[in-house]
Amino acid sequence: IFSKASSSVEDVGESSSETEEDEQPVRRQEGGTDLSPEYWGIQKLAKYVKGGDPTATLIALCSMRDLNLSQEACQLAIKDTGCLEVLINLLDTEEIKCQTGSLKILKEISQNVLIRHAIADLGGLEIMVKILDSPDSDLKCLAAETIANVARFKRARKTVRQHGGIKRLVELLESISVGSSFQAKDTETARCGALALWSCSKSIKNKKAICKAGGIPLLARWLKCSHTNILIPIVGTLQECASEPSYRLAIRTEGMIEDLVKNLSSEHEELQMHCASAIFKCAEDEETRDLVRKHEGLQPLSVLLDNSENKQLLAAVTGAIWKCAISRENVLKFQEYKTVEALVTLLTDQPEEVLINVIGALGECCQEQENRGTIRRCGGIAPMVKLLSATNRALLVNVNRAVGGCAMEPENMAVIDSLDGVRLLWSLLKNPNPDVQASAAWALCPCVENAKNSGEMVRSFVGGLELIVNLLKSKDKEVLTSVCAAIANIAKDQENLAVMTDHGVVPLLSKLANTNNNKLRRHLAEAIAHCCMWGSNRVAFGEAKAVAPLARYLKAKDPLVHRATALALYQLSEDPNNCVIMHENGVVKLLLAMVGSTDDALQEAAAGCIANIRRLALATEKAKYG
Amino acid sequence: AAMSKKGLKLLVDSLTRSAKHFNKNEVECLVNLFDTLVARSSSQFAGAGFDRTVFRDTLHNAFGMTDDVVLDRVFSTFDRGNNGCITVVEWVEGLAVLLRGTLEEKMKYCFAVYDLNGDGYISREEMFQMLKNSLLIQPADEEPDEGVKDLVDLVLKKMASTYLFILFLLQDYDHDGKLSFADFEKAVREEKLLLEVFGPCLPDIK
Repeated sequence: IFSKASSSVEDVGESSSETEEDEQPVRRQEGGTDLSPEYWGIQKLAKYVKGGDPTATLIALCSMRDLNLSQEACQLAIKDTGCLEVLINLLDTEEIKCQTGSLKILKEISQNVLIRHAIADLGGLEIMVKILDSPDSDLKCLAAETIANVARFKRARKTVRQHGGIKRLVELLESISVGSSFQAKDTETARCGALALWSCSKSIKNKKAICKAGGIPLLARWLKCSHTNILIPIVGTLQECASEPSYRLAIRTEGMIEDLVKNLSSEHEELQMHCASAIFKCAEDEETRDLVRKHEGLQPLSVLLDNSENKQLLAAVTGAIWKCAISRENVLKFQEYKTVEALVTLLTDQPEEVLINVIGALGECCQEQENRGTIRRCGGIAPMVKLLSATNRALLVNVNRAVGGCAMEPENMAVIDSLDGVRLLWSLLKNPNPDVQASAAWALCPCVENAKNSGEMVRSFVGGLELIVNLLKSKDKEVLTSVCAAIANIAKDQENLAVMTDHGVVPLLSKLANTNNNKLRRHLAEAIAHCCMWGSNRVAFGEAKAVAPLARYLKAKDPLVHRATALALYQLSEDPNNCVIMHENGVVKLLLAMVGSTDDALQEAAAGCIANIRRLALATEKAKYG
Repeated sequence: AAMSKKGLKLLVDSLTRSAKHFNKNEVECLVNLFDTLVARSSSQFAGAGFDRTVFRDTLHNAFGMTDDVVLDRVFSTFDRGNNGCITVVEWVEGLAVLLRGTLEEKMKYCFAVYDLNGDGYISREEMFQMLKNSLLIQPADEEPDEGVKDLVDLVLKKMASTYLFILFLLQDYDHDGKLSFADFEKAVREEKLLLEVFGPCLPDIK
């Protein structure tokens, strides 16, 4: 469907944050030699427009508006008779009445995708942008509204920008009369400007252009207005642009969060939806999440979950809740509003875009132990496990996270296991997408830790251990990290460790040792530590040259890395050859510093390791000197 | 005839009230303009006003209004006394509508201009008269007047539709179809562009 012409560098900046009509529109039915009655009617009227003076032109234009312009046959007739060109030519005159009459028609018919492509092809956009300079405010409004319709595809948006349209549209927002009261006429002009900006803002370069033209403070100003008909395009524009960090920052610092929260309680669902969308996007930032809470936005969001009819609204609200729940204080607030209970009811019979957000939210809420229990008591685990069979990547990533979160409670774990949840998670390790693999592996950690008869359970997955060990060959850092974490857990069971050893876990882990990524280092070291506890693995790690790199980890700034490394080194130091390598790499001095740590595990491991090294040194001395 | 200062002041006050849209300074300017125009005019009215020719020239120069038929009609609407002479009152009050009239005042004004015979209706013939020069390019194979007749039909259809419908109900086809002020007003309220539907008669304020 999407026919991409050779895309130039310019086009990259045009990429939109949403999918829309990129393709060349195709007429639905060709053929039929009979021209429609609309065709003849319009052809006749076009004759008067072409051949008449402004008076006759106006009469024809006004008559044309009586035709059913929202009907496709009519719209296409205007194009096919060449009337569209005439209408656009009229725009280029200085006759305000004719321009007005023409725009009234163009505004209506540009709802049709073929027509708006034609308008752009005929150079109509450039002329409309020029009209934005007119002193006649009705004319400006019509031009802006028409631009709003035409700019629904990439090329049109680019054209608007290239001809200075963004700047002029932003200027329409400046029509604010003295004093804080919003006059009707100014509001109308601004509303039309905002509509056009909203359409245009779907292109990244336009988002930047709006910012550059000083649009943000104006948007902030109009956000304080109480007229819904202008609020909708204003918030629509803001939420569209909120994918840009510069906008998110401005939304935060210019006090717009307060207004967005206020309008969550509007009577108009469309406005509520856009506000929620804006919050969804902005809540990526911690300060925004705090602001939403401070302005008491969490409760209205929770209340909106009751409206499950409007799916678009629901998707936006659940999205906002998801991101807000990243902050623990917000999760605690949500508990007050029984949000978790409401979310669980939305786990079934909802469209994907809603599910992704609901599950994302529940995953975040699992940070709090109380919520993990709540989810179980509300019967939320079964639908969650069912979703493990979904195919949507984003959904799977969130589901894995949520299931993993729930699995931290042994009682939940029992339910998950009974529903075959762990096997489903394990098979997701086969999913081609690395994000899905990684999130599945992370989720497996608490599962393995908390399941009853965990070792047996893992062994029951045919080919499961081989599968997970082989993932150590992945090129994706997150996959590697999560798999190491999982292996560290699995290796606590001796039998499973033996099997993994057979599958080559030692050399595979060792190959990863040369990394600067602290998160990977930590989990790798933990994995190594646990994998030491079988057979001659300690020796094997030494032979696979894992020891020296590990020694370097002690120089990292991350205390979690220190602890994991110390544990690994302690285990490895049971083998004398490893002690030699450690000694050569200056491990003793580094570990000595950690012996005084407040972290018990680190302290013990460091001390134990040093003791082993010392013992070997003494033994060597003894051997030397008899 | 020259007016006393007091007389002038009384006149200006009275006109400011009746014309409604001008302030005293503006009225005074217009009165002074009036005097110059009277001086220019032929003396048949003994200074009470100026005639059609002067009126048309003035409007032509001031507002760029060129259509003779329209200018004639405008003169007639100004000349409420219907004596071929524009007095100062008619002058100021007329201009008030022309330049600053409300939509209601302008609608009444335009309708009066277009109602060529002053019978309260704009008839098909009157429409034809006003639109006959509006088609610049006539297709070769058509009767020259067909286009204009079509145009007239379009206007009637747009603006007098209820009226025509009633005619249809009454099966009264002898009636040519005409526009009452009520029709005109309703249509213009719905679509402001139709205010000067039969041709520009208001100054173009660019």
